[in-house]
Amino acid sequence: MRRSILVKSAAAALLALAPLAALAAGGKTLEYKHNHWHFSGPFGTYDKEAMQRGFQVYKQVCAGCHAVEQLAFRNLGDKGGPFYLERCPAGVPETTNCKNPAENPVVKAIAAEYTVQDGPDDLGEMFDRPALPSDKFPKPFANEQQARAANGGAYPPNLALIMKARHHGPDYVYSLLTGYEDPPDTVTLGPGQNYNPYFAGDMSQLLKPEYRDAEGHPLPDVKIPPGGVLAMAPPLSDGVIDYADPAIPETVDQYAKDVVEFLTWASEPKMEERKSLGVITIGYLLILTIVLFLSYRAIWSNTDH
Amino acid sequence: MHHASTYKPQTGIERWLDKRLPIVRFADDFMNFPTPKNLNYWWTFGAILVVCLVIQIITGVVLAMHYTPHKDLAFNSVEHIMRDVNYGWLMRYVHANGASMFFLAVYIHMFRGLYYGSYKEPREMNWILGVVIFLLMMATAFMGYVLPWGQMSFWGATVITNFFTAFPIIGEPIKTLLLGGPAVDNATLNRFFSLHYLLPFAIFGVVLLHIWAFHTSGNNNPTGVDVKDVKKDTLPFHPYYTVKDGFAIAVFLLLFAAFVFFNPNGLGHPDNYTPANPLVTPPHIVPEWYFLPFYAILRAITFDIGPISSKLGGVLAMFGSILVLFILPWLDTSKVRSMRYRPVAQLWFVLFVFACLALGYFGGKPAEGWYVLGSQIATAYYFAFFLVILPLLGLFEKAKPAPKSIADSVLKKAAAPTGAIAQPAE
Repeated sequence: MRRSILVKSAAAALLALAPLAALAAGGKTLEYKHNHWHFSGPFGTYDKEAMQRGFQVYKQVCAGCHAVEQLAFRNLGDKGGPFYLERCPAGVPETTNCKNPAENPVVKAIAAEYTVQDGPDDLGEMFDRPALPSDKFPKPFANEQQARAANGGAYPPNLALIMKARHHGPDYVYSLLTGYEDPPDTVTLGPGQNYNPYFAGDMSQLLKPEYRDAEGHPLPDVKIPPGGVLAMAPPLSDGVIDYADPAIPETVDQYAKDVVEFLTWASEPKMEERKSLGVITIGYLLILTIVLFLSYRAIWSNTDH
Repeated sequence: MHHASTYKPQTGIERWLDKRLPIVRFADDFMNFPTPKNLNYWWTFGAILVVCLVIQIITGVVLAMHYTPHKDLAFNSVEHIMRDVNYGWLMRYVHANGASMFFLAVYIHMFRGLYYGSYKEPREMNWILGVVIFLLMMATAFMGYVLPWGQMSFWGATVITNFFTAFPIIGEPIKTLLLGGPAVDNATLNRFFSLHYLLPFAIFGVVLLHIWAFHTSGNNNPTGVDVKDVKKDTLPFHPYYTVKDGFAIAVFLLLFAAFVFFNPNGLGHPDNYTPANPLVTPPHIVPEWYFLPFYAILRAITFDIGPISSKLGGVLAMFGSILVLFILPWLDTSKVRSMRYRPVAQLWFVLFVFACLALGYFGGKPAEGWYVLGSQIATAYYFAFFLVILPLLGLFEKAKPAPKSIADSVLKKAAAPTGAIAQPAE
């Protein structure tokens, strides 16, 4: 019993120290590229066309490995979403309410391209059917193990919350997507590793032997490259996605900006509603504050205080 | 200070009710409570805190209607609230930022009590009840942070409950009882949810006692001088302080709203948007900002003291930093309540505030290099302030003369030379 207490308190102490060890081992990344986003600032909104293009990037590139777990097709047609329709396009029957994501023809068409499993039916069998707006986006892998097996042991993170799950999410994702470089000459990468100066990691572990001392520590005059290595190969390259609008450049930079716009919406779909309610609330509180201050002055005016 | 009831039932119904359940009389007396006329804006935080508690309870009850306390479902039930529940995002952001606002207000409230000697005779019980509320708030906030079942929830719970294993013999059973098993798991989440729902009502009860206590002793005031003449020194709570508190509440809500609507995740940690994973430790486990000073004290003890290991020492220091507040009324030997008339004490007080802020800063930094030394110095000062400085100051310092009465201090200010900026605050 006593021994177990000792062991466990040692484990607890180690646990308390674990973050420090990890931090000490971690190298620095480059400072993220700072982009001015359409959604930045107290009045910022989502750029609907950028979101639509970003969805195309997600669908054609990211969705191969990354899930958007919390997202349903209907969300695309929610107010503030990339495919929300204020009024129906020509040719849609008059009885259709296109504001309703379940009736939105664009959303229905997008969903119908996917297949989901449903059931059991009356015979107790599971069956496949085209997706409906009410369905969640299917995940690219059945489970974490399958995802890791297909990605060299790495687990592609869920992208539906990625912007809130990383410090400075939008700038980070944009920097990562556009920041892949050839590794510096001082390091050797393992198979399936890709160098990115914006990915948190520790490049000192990958220094070539000639840049280390006898104990394996980096030599004092060796500069440790920023960033780290990740299993994801550069996912984007110029021209890999065809945009419908010929005016939009088909470059890595543009793809990255667009997918950031889409994924930021996916992480925080109520942002526009939040900010507009915020402006009203602050305005209301300002008036209330002034009225209360004047009342205060009036009520206290006849006292010595 | 009990004051004679001035309530006169006007209608037949009121007269009938007054003989059976004098609830209207109670409310009337409450609103007419004679309150020192010189209370400044630091005194508005009591009312602000009541507002904070009510906001937390209301939003919390609504959130609980949509939340699922199960380890496989909790994370996504929070996202369900954020995405699919009407105004769920508002409820959740108000509740999450409300915790921060609550602590901001309570820290200001405590520093105010410290500066103006509100813990001194005859308000010791009032102060002690306040410390009880603070402890309950800490427990509630800690358990609430676990409920979204993100990475920081899980690992925060793991680290904090491990503190208890520092205590010999009883430590391990306490931890098991807290967690409902050997490690943070579904049982932990369930009991934390249950207690997180319960404790705010306990807080509410102690708040009523806290208010009752100062309605018995009377409010302290910036001069620290007792009320001598109710007519000259006090004003009825309503309308004078309802309107002043109301104004302060509105200003406070502006700050609150700025966070909720324009930077709702600014005080949180990104790791909590990743679901809890017992197999992956986040690189840097940090508590919420309002716990950072205590986290710094915990980590400041890096050395063994005789038979006490550094770990147990850290835990004792952390608990001690709050427990010392319970005996503060008897540690401070000064007969002068308000530090307004204790110029030497003022300097030590400013240093104390600075030490607390420094502890908050160090708590958010990795425990390495000069951060450790800094937090050790600040921790030493924190305890020295209560255990050495306040006991000795009362014996040796020379206080400035306090005004004879509250009315006196107010009149003096009114007659101050022109050019002094008008201060409606006092």
